[in-house]
Amino acid sequence: MDIFLQQIINGLVQGSIYALVALGYTMVYGIMGLINFAHGEVVMIGTLVTITVASSLIKAGMPVALAGLAGLSASVLVCMALGWGLERIAYRPLRNAPRLTPLITAIGMSIVLQNLAMMIWGRNYMTFPSLLPKVDFEFAGANFTMIQVIIVLVSAATMGGLLLLVYRTKLGMAMRATAQNPAVASLMGVNINRVIAAAFIIGSALGALAGVMVGGYYEIAHYQMGFMLGLKAFTAAVLGGIGNLAGAMLGGILLGIIEALGAGYIGDLTGGFLGSHYQDIFAFVVLIVVLMFKPSGLFGEKTGDRA
Amino acid sequence: MKNSQFFRSTAGITLMAAALIVLPFVAALGGQAWVRILDFAILYVFLALGLNIVVGLAGLLDLGYIAFYAVGAYTWALLASPHFGLHLPIWVILPIGGLLACLAGVVLGSPTLKLRGDYLAIVTLGFGEIVRIFLNNLNAPINVTNGPQGITLIDPVTFGDFKFSGTTQIFGIALSGPQKYYYLLVALAILVVIINLRLQNSRIGRAWQAIREDEIAAKAIGINTRNLKLLAFAMGASFGGVAGGIFSAMQGFVSPESFSLIESIMILAMVVLGGMGHIPGVILGAVLLSILPEALRYGVGPIQMALFGKMLVDPESLRMLVFGLALVLVMRFKPAGLWPAPERKRESGEIQQVTAK
Repeated sequence: MDIFLQQIINGLVQGSIYALVALGYTMVYGIMGLINFAHGEVVMIGTLVTITVASSLIKAGMPVALAGLAGLSASVLVCMALGWGLERIAYRPLRNAPRLTPLITAIGMSIVLQNLAMMIWGRNYMTFPSLLPKVDFEFAGANFTMIQVIIVLVSAATMGGLLLLVYRTKLGMAMRATAQNPAVASLMGVNINRVIAAAFIIGSALGALAGVMVGGYYEIAHYQMGFMLGLKAFTAAVLGGIGNLAGAMLGGILLGIIEALGAGYIGDLTGGFLGSHYQDIFAFVVLIVVLMFKPSGLFGEKTGDRA
Repeated sequence: MKNSQFFRSTAGITLMAAALIVLPFVAALGGQAWVRILDFAILYVFLALGLNIVVGLAGLLDLGYIAFYAVGAYTWALLASPHFGLHLPIWVILPIGGLLACLAGVVLGSPTLKLRGDYLAIVTLGFGEIVRIFLNNLNAPINVTNGPQGITLIDPVTFGDFKFSGTTQIFGIALSGPQKYYYLLVALAILVVIINLRLQNSRIGRAWQAIREDEIAAKAIGINTRNLKLLAFAMGASFGGVAGGIFSAMQGFVSPESFSLIESIMILAMVVLGGMGHIPGVILGAVLLSILPEALRYGVGPIQMALFGKMLVDPESLRMLVFGLALVLVMRFKPAGLWPAPERKRESGEIQQVTAK
């Protein structure tokens, strides 16, 4: 039982991170129908910027908490600029192109960003500075740490804030209108370019936050870390029904928990035949099974049928 | 009038054939490495044409195509290497590889028939990853794939006594291993081009294109969309399987690393960048995207040395950076691909989801 609870907690933490990244995918997809493959790299750059800024500030003698905050703000700012730049330079000229064209552009940008990061930060693994005191809690036989609690709380607060933004503000209304029908939205006086740019900027900011969390959680970072994380987060977004904000959040958390439980129990389930290194399979198997019965994800609406 | 056109096309074909025959000897002047790069370019043509059936003709976005290539490669590796002590002839292995890949295509295709567009993309992607993870881990408790180390000492292609590895003398001309594979691959690629051309203009091909343009309308005019989508998956997959077998024999070594997601994406990029659904375009895309990174590998380092007198940035990352930029730029200025089919060109102006202004 305590293993079960422990895995649920681990899954919840990992899932919160997935959810934050998945929101970036789903916002962009909901508004312009584009899989922004480069989003994982944005998250990676968020992590690496934090490492650079926070480490050098700590070395310069700044208090750890302050340096951490400075690192976080720097990474959010850099990623917002990056998201805006991506949209402006790479995707905006392709608004009227065939559907697969922006996908290839996104893949190209992902390759570019990854290699830029390698040029800047090098090939080696980097250690994330420890910004938080290591405090352990115990609850019903399961252990969890300060950082885990913070990750879950901050993500929950951020997601709440995002829902408020989308459903209670004028910008949010414009976003929902654009998602439904860009042409009509622009006739109603919505500035589509600004709305799409906003989606990219907000998504990237969430990605930066997730990047800092991943870094703080695993205490290690690498220029290739964005790829798998992005893939998983995208899987989560699809699982929940892509384009749907609540779906991305639930999909992320569900995926995190399924993965954690899968990794914890797969050995027992298969009599030791399959080990925990099959963890990654769980995400995809669950995805395939869910989509077999709910072809538009758990909460999604029908999408277009063209490749 | 008709006669001169005939002569012109015959002359064109003769010229192209002559170029194809001479090419490996020209490449060999720069070293056998370049012949090997040519071999891979043609292998990618093969793969891209296989994927073109699924993505270009039937309009099903497949991001896990490399899985079928992996199935074919591992079939060859297991049936013709000391790993299991089996050394079956090509006549047995290649069809088995193709069939197994075809089966994998159906297995992937059947649960995903209801899915559309990007949902299909992510499921095929997941399938590709599942295959790779299994290849990576199926070394315990029974050692099937030998895990991340991969399988070595795989038999080369042989027809009777004629081996495709090592150098042989034919009519007094010395042919190296890669050069022999080149001719084999060209022959296979021509076969695939012919199959593709015939398919495109057949009943099945037109039905696929109808599904691509509007699935509901296709269904309404009596096309069995389920079977045809499955057929597209199966057909594309078997091409992948055969290509995988040749790859395995040519390399003499396979490991799961060769079948990662980025490879699937690469092949998709070849199809889209060249001109989706248009055979000459796809061939162009495959040749360009397979040779460009290699050419950059040889070009980037020396150019830096010449310009700055030292290595400013790691040539490996610079090469991939340029490659990524090339993808972005081509899509920016040629959104329908470098050499799109005439009807696609017309279409691309019509799809206006977002009217920016």
